[in-house]
Amino acid sequence: MNLRAIWAIYAFEMARTGRTLVQSIVAPVITTALYFVVFGAAMGTRISQIEGVQYGAFIVPGLIMLTLLTQSVTNAAFGIYFPKFIGTIYELLSAPISAFEIVIGYVGAAATKSVILGLVILATAFFFVPLRIDHPLWMVAFLVLTAVTFSLLGFIIGVWADGFEQLQFVPMLVITPLTFLGGTFYSIDVLPPAWQTVTLFNPVVYLVSGFRWSFFEIADVHIGVSLGMTALFLVACLAAIWWIFKTGYRLKT
Amino acid sequence: MSPIISISGLSKTYATGLSALKRVDLEIRHGEIFALLGPNGAGKTTLINIVCGIVTPSSGSVTVGGHDIVKDYRAARELIGLVPQELAITPFESVWQTVSFSRGLFGRPANPAYVEKVLKDVALWDRRKSKIVTLSGGMKRRVMIAKALVHEPQVLFLDEPTAGVDVELRQEMWQVVRTLRASGVTIILTTHYIEEAELMADRVGVINKGEIILVEEKAALMQKLGKKQLTLQLLDTLQEVPARLAPYGLNLAHGGRELVYTYDTKAERTGITGLLDDLSAAGIAFKDLQTTQSSLEDIFVDLVRER
Ligand SMILES: Nc1ncnc2c1ncn2[C@@H]1O[C@H](COP(=O)(O)OP(=O)(O)OP(=O)(O)O)[C@@H](O)[C@H]1O
Ligand SMILES: [Mg+2]
Repeated sequence: MNLRAIWAIYAFEMARTGRTLVQSIVAPVITTALYFVVFGAAMGTRISQIEGVQYGAFIVPGLIMLTLLTQSVTNAAFGIYFPKFIGTIYELLSAPISAFEIVIGYVGAAATKSVILGLVILATAFFFVPLRIDHPLWMVAFLVLTAVTFSLLGFIIGVWADGFEQLQFVPMLVITPLTFLGGTFYSIDVLPPAWQTVTLFNPVVYLVSGFRWSFFEIADVHIGVSLGMTALFLVACLAAIWWIFKTGYRLKT
Repeated sequence: MSPIISISGLSKTYATGLSALKRVDLEIRHGEIFALLGPNGAGKTTLINIVCGIVTPSSGSVTVGGHDIVKDYRAARELIGLVPQELAITPFESVWQTVSFSRGLFGRPANPAYVEKVLKDVALWDRRKSKIVTLSGGMKRRVMIAKALVHEPQVLFLDEPTAGVDVELRQEMWQVVRTLRASGVTIILTTHYIEEAELMADRVGVINKGEIILVEEKAALMQKLGKKQLTLQLLDTLQEVPARLAPYGLNLAHGGRELVYTYDTKAERTGITGLLDDLSAAGIAFKDLQTTQSSLEDIFVDLVRER
């Protein structure tokens, strides 16, 4: 294991994040604050409580997930796309490192950044709504697992993309809609039965549900199912990455 | 000593169907400077990129320092430094950061003193804190060289190192290359400037259309193919070479205004004295004379044209 190489990549990527810290933290925090104002304050007066939790607090786990998913995907995708775009990928390919080590470096850095963001948003939420966290360890576990899984997905997108539009495409057109439809702002119980069934095909439902359970012990699906589905998705992403490096897909000619 | 790099039966066919390398066999010796010459698209970069792990070969095998580049890629790649043909460095890091990053990537422990030495060697110490975007093209190229050297490689690939580098810098770079060789580093460079190969290389390989058509000690190559020509500019035009001068194999040029004598620099007797005596005996007067030696460039052009 070339630990120094992993560290070099990780530190390099974190330094990049550090340089753009203000944009990368301020923007999501402001966006989330807006959600609180609009959904929490404005709509919260109409929808007072869901399963005994104040509406403003109920949406916090979903909002964190929304940022976590989009940021993980975009950061990791950009992280590996950029060297491909400017040609510095030559150095990664010619270094004495395995594919696995490259992935740990990039995905680790992207996931770290998302987790930091998630925590910052959580801290922001405390200013707006009364919050309680019943299972802090599970909360952190879900946060990390989700960040890693979606950073892996982002890495795959970054390898696949051959233009900046494609980098934007998945987060904008897939992740965001799935998150909105995945019970971020409502419990899926409120949907008609037919739609509830459709919703169960949306992987984000399991993430939001599990994450929300760690806060309030209320969930749309059983916590074990949430965990299982997240793990399944993680394994699927790992398999895709294994295949990419085995075949050299879009990385080597 | 066994060769540091040994390439056998190496072929590469790109996805486009283009066959860039055709069963190439090549051995690079420990500590030499090897110049790979060839026209655009000959396959030089493809060859280098395969050895460095950037391009996957279609068939054949390569070992570096005895390590197979596929099975034992870590050991093989640790030995190699690469300066690619295209400039590629992340723009917003400082010189120091990007060079230190390369060292880490190759698994070497941090060593600020060594990074400093490398930056001084390529005359970038003053600019160590500058961001890459603020550097000139030639400086960026030197950063690329520093990145390739900072993990203390045994083999250095320079893919057209002097493209876009001014004369003074080129001299400095050759100085760096010479120092490296003196410390035992093997250097493989590609270039379009034949003078460079002539100046720097110990051995020269010529590649054309994916095939190595010649590998030779530079000195031997120059001697073997290095004929000299003596050109005599005549006072009066000649219609034909007089019979008594036939043994010299002279050629008439410029409509009979020049006589050209080709001789071998290696031969004991070049025959020049005899020729000049016989010329005056035949009553042929000349107003000027000059000798030219065929350069590596002439040899190269001849070789490539023959194919
Ligand atoms: N990624 C690629 N896909 C398809 N064909 C390629 C690719 N890279 C190179 N080639 C082709 O392979 C051949 C050899 O290219 P290569 O870059 O090795 O040449 P070269 O000798 O380095 O040329 P130059 O002196 O111009 O740098 C060329 O015909 C080139 O068009
Ligand atoms: Mg080339």
